[in-house]
Amino acid sequence: MNSSFNAMSESLPAEIAAPERLSKTRPFYWSVRRELWENRSIYLAPLSVAAVFLLGFLITLIHFPAKMRALSRVDPARFHAAVANHYDFAAALMMATIIIVSVFYSVDALHSERRDRSILFWKSLPVSDLTTVLAKVSIPLVVLPLIAFAITAALQLTMLLLSSAVLLGSGLRVAPLWTQLPLPKMWLLVFYHLFTAHALWPAPVYCWLLLVSGWARRAVFLWAALPIVAIAGLEKVVFHTSHFLSLVALHLIGAGPADIMAPQTVFPTDPMAHIAPGQFLSSQGLWIGLAVAAVFLAAAVRLRRYQEPV
Amino acid sequence: MACIEAHDLRKAFGPTVALDGINLRVEEGRILGLIGPNGAGKTTALNAMLGLIPYEGELKVMGRDPWKQRDHLMRDVSFIADVAVLPRWMRVSQALEFVAGVHPRFDRAKAEGFLAKTTIGRERKVRELSKGMVTQLHLALVMAMDAKLLVLDEPTLGLDILYRKQFYDSLLTDYFDRSRTIVVTTHQVDEIQDVLTDVMFINRGRIVFGCSMEEFESRYTELMVKPENLEAARALKPIHERQALGRSLLLFDGADRKRLAELGEVRTPSVADLFVALIGDRAGQAQGAAR
Repeated sequence: MNSSFNAMSESLPAEIAAPERLSKTRPFYWSVRRELWENRSIYLAPLSVAAVFLLGFLITLIHFPAKMRALSRVDPARFHAAVANHYDFAAALMMATIIIVSVFYSVDALHSERRDRSILFWKSLPVSDLTTVLAKVSIPLVVLPLIAFAITAALQLTMLLLSSAVLLGSGLRVAPLWTQLPLPKMWLLVFYHLFTAHALWPAPVYCWLLLVSGWARRAVFLWAALPIVAIAGLEKVVFHTSHFLSLVALHLIGAGPADIMAPQTVFPTDPMAHIAPGQFLSSQGLWIGLAVAAVFLAAAVRLRRYQEPV
Repeated sequence: MACIEAHDLRKAFGPTVALDGINLRVEEGRILGLIGPNGAGKTTALNAMLGLIPYEGELKVMGRDPWKQRDHLMRDVSFIADVAVLPRWMRVSQALEFVAGVHPRFDRAKAEGFLAKTTIGRERKVRELSKGMVTQLHLALVMAMDAKLLVLDEPTLGLDILYRKQFYDSLLTDYFDRSRTIVVTTHQVDEIQDVLTDVMFINRGRIVFGCSMEEFESRYTELMVKPENLEAARALKPIHERQALGRSLLLFDGADRKRLAELGEVRTPSVADLFVALIGDRAGQAQGAAR
């Protein structure tokens, strides 16, 4: 292995003095990429769900011209509901997918590197525990919402273009369809909804899962669920209520509807929806949740300093 | 500047004392072998130096407190832990990319150069590589980091003799120069005896012996004594006596070689022989270390 080294080292370009200081963001950037390499389900799961959905949508297109002819006689509100239905469902499907992916990712995030002992390799590199944990938490809070947004947008655009092609092929006008589906506005609403209802709002849940994944030696899911069940049980016995359980559930599925949207809104992609960021940002529940999330995160960072392979 | 400096380093896991007041100083440019039986505290000592565990007492590595400044320290220190720890899902190319991304002094071309001499393909995943190849990959990564201190904890465990020899050969020819420091623990003491500049024995959380290899060679003598001279040799106070092939082997500390030569065959003992003499009999648990 070594015999040819001397000859080889001469042929290498003269060692350029490597910059002593890398920018602070580089370790973070590479840590996020590492997560995407390790957990390919982060993008593969939403992509495959989108592909299956698109296949189903293609089948419904067979009857689409007939449906459009029938709908041209009904009032605009019903017309909108009928055509927007699939687009709303596409967005909802992506949201449901990233909730599932986020939960499974967070439960494993700080556990798998201890399980396969690779934590010893990661810790042999100049990346701080804070950077590593922040990179990991950015997956459910930033990366997955971004992926869901990009796929939803691409999916809805593809759906609209395919529908238009089918309509044109049947000699129908596409204008009514396009006026009922103002994509840029729908995308803005989806984007807003993803980062409020599916990132900021459930942050304490994901940070809790991350913390337990860094703490538990095995059975992370069990340890994560146990305190919740215990507290909920205690509350039920003592107070005969179940506020805690519904609170956790609300945070997990991103349903803080009153806080996030104007109350009359049914679904976020509804172009009639009015987003109410002021209402969302001034909600007490959000800030308490974020404070709790920060505490969990700080504990997870501290814990990682001490952790060894399990 | 001392590369590693420890004063009264202590670490306990519950009631088990792993490090019981370690004092040591490793100068720059040395290759130190840390030898000890299983459970002696070798790995704990190394983990403390690498900032992987908290400890009591004073410890400075490259002038830094490893526990508080691990991420800074790791720009100057690299290590290979006891068994293959490269993530199994990772591709070889990803490992190169990642290290190049986070390590300020990683020379990717150099790592590629080392890998070119192996049969490891860039697109292979770590899980598809043999144990020996994973070690080669890890060594290629580590040697391409321009670190001041390299810590190796049983780096060749479970490798066959060819890989083991190759490992230390590359380390010496392609990596080591007088400005770097290497600390290595291993059970195959005899294989690395010629590589070391210093040796240290650790037992039950304490450093029980330490000297440079020059000192070791001048101080210790092993005598294969002629049966008729056995009593005369024993009178010279050997520190250890053992039987091999029906002859008595006596180990002397600081004895006159000329005098010993009159009593039988004289030679320099191996580190393992001294280890057994100093620790083996007393502790009765030197099985691993003395092989």
